[in-house]
Amino acid sequence: MMLSPEDISALVITLKLAVLTTLILLLLTTPLAWWMARTRWRYRYLLEAVVALPLVLPPTVLGFYLLVMLGAHGPVGKFMTAIGGQPLAFTFAGLVIGSVIYSLPFVVQPLQNAFAAVGPRPLEVAATLRASPLDRFFTVAVPLAQPGFVTAAVLGFAHTLGEFGVVLMIGGNIPGETRVASIAIYDHVENLDYLHAHWLAGILIAVSFVLLAVVYGFNRRFRLLQS
Amino acid sequence: MSIAARFRIQRAHFLLDVDFSIPAQGVSVLFGPSGCGKTSLLRAIAGLDHIPGGLLSVGDTAWQSGETFVPTHQRALGYVFQEASLFPHLDVLGNVEYGLKRVPIPQRKLSVERLCALMDVTPLLKRKVDTLSGGERQRVAIARTLAANPRIILMDEPLTGLDQERKLEILAYILAVQREFHIPVLYVSHSRDEVNRIADYLVLMDSGRIMATGEVHEIFARLDLPLAQDSEAAVVIDAIVTSHDEEYSLTELKFPGGTFALPSLSLAVGARVRLQLAARDISLTRELQSGTSILNIFPTTVEAIAPAGAAQVIVRLSAAGVPVLARITRKSAARLELQPGSLVYAQAKSVALLS
Repeated sequence: MMLSPEDISALVITLKLAVLTTLILLLLTTPLAWWMARTRWRYRYLLEAVVALPLVLPPTVLGFYLLVMLGAHGPVGKFMTAIGGQPLAFTFAGLVIGSVIYSLPFVVQPLQNAFAAVGPRPLEVAATLRASPLDRFFTVAVPLAQPGFVTAAVLGFAHTLGEFGVVLMIGGNIPGETRVASIAIYDHVENLDYLHAHWLAGILIAVSFVLLAVVYGFNRRFRLLQS
Repeated sequence: MSIAARFRIQRAHFLLDVDFSIPAQGVSVLFGPSGCGKTSLLRAIAGLDHIPGGLLSVGDTAWQSGETFVPTHQRALGYVFQEASLFPHLDVLGNVEYGLKRVPIPQRKLSVERLCALMDVTPLLKRKVDTLSGGERQRVAIARTLAANPRIILMDEPLTGLDQERKLEILAYILAVQREFHIPVLYVSHSRDEVNRIADYLVLMDSGRIMATGEVHEIFARLDLPLAQDSEAAVVIDAIVTSHDEEYSLTELKFPGGTFALPSLSLAVGARVRLQLAARDISLTRELQSGTSILNIFPTTVEAIAPAGAAQVIVRLSAAGVPVLARITRKSAARLELQPGSLVYAQAKSVALLS
């Protein structure tokens, strides 16, 4: 086996981070995406721009502000200290917060598009068949937007796997706690340990490829089903 | 019992302003040209669009009045959309049961087996909806609507996109449902043919306004409405099969104003059918003709006469209370010295069977 225990621990942390981030994003942003897909609010585009910001900002910018916010002297850090906790910077929890923001558009946008594609008609039909708004959401909107959920989950997951800049800024590089695979690769290269770098990098490529193939394969099948 | 509606909908290029009531029984058709506001009105009635200030009551239940606005899912109504709009993620049975499952058990009055049999969807129940033909989809949509036990069914041009044969088939199903379950239907259409076939009551709309409401037989024969002026002007008559003439292969039908003989119909004695009499197929005589090939002749009284173009007039007749229209030349009317009260025989050159 060409993976050291440290590398395996980095992979496990990466996986844990990606799974948690994806779950939190799906839970938090489904209502937001639903609302954004249906609202006629005239300033919706402003919110859409905010959601898309992590797409264009250098991760170091996101990481920098997060560090300021979450660190011991930042508002969130002070709050955490006040309630008897500790600042979130350089912790796994801080990493999760950073990843959630970093991968936000990759989850919100597919969900919003999927909900918009459902259109008002199936929901109106459900309303005439006695389904309450919540009932309609779970029995009509969610099943019909299912391809969007798969895309959102996989993209959010894969994008978190590839996270580097934000993690470096707010997570540091604490082995066994905040050292993720991408940073472990960076360390290996720094130390001219190309063999281990190859192994980790190869694993990330393989996992990302499989995930994306699942998304595109699923969406293609879905399109065929619709036609 | 009746259904009363009052709505004022202001749109960018359009004002819909209506106040009417229809009987809560049989098939009422909202009839008017495309774009006259029929669908907007139907959506307002369903509560799919909230029109502030609107008023809607079904019997003694107010679905909208003042501050009261019962949301669509709490209204016991059914809605059949232009496209069947079946749920693609459910199979046929899942679609049919969707509404049913949301009705409290004591309120479930219709037997789902019975209505599936009536709509001929029983063999389709296991199918996926994307394998259904257009006619099958609309039948499933109607079954799904009925299964939710509505007190009234709204239908928005449900025959759009179907070929003529399928249209007649679906209309027959709608009529069968109507006879079996007695649920009032409010049907939106711009097709005179559909109105002729299924309407009991008519709400005539144009440019966002109601031009007339009333029994279909009566509205068709009103000379002050454009329907009677149309070259396709016609009345419909409900008649009953009384006997079959084996020798000449004719079926005799009776209506209050007389009898009709039509080429043999495979219908039982006592069956109700609807006939259409086109105004241009009716000729008038002062005396009862004997040397004529026309079989369908019945006595009538002239009620009113109105001009129809330069050369013709449209005559409204009463056959023992049943309104009939005749479109004849102005010259013929003068020769016959027709005026309200004149007794004339109406000769029907052709009689169309609608159902």
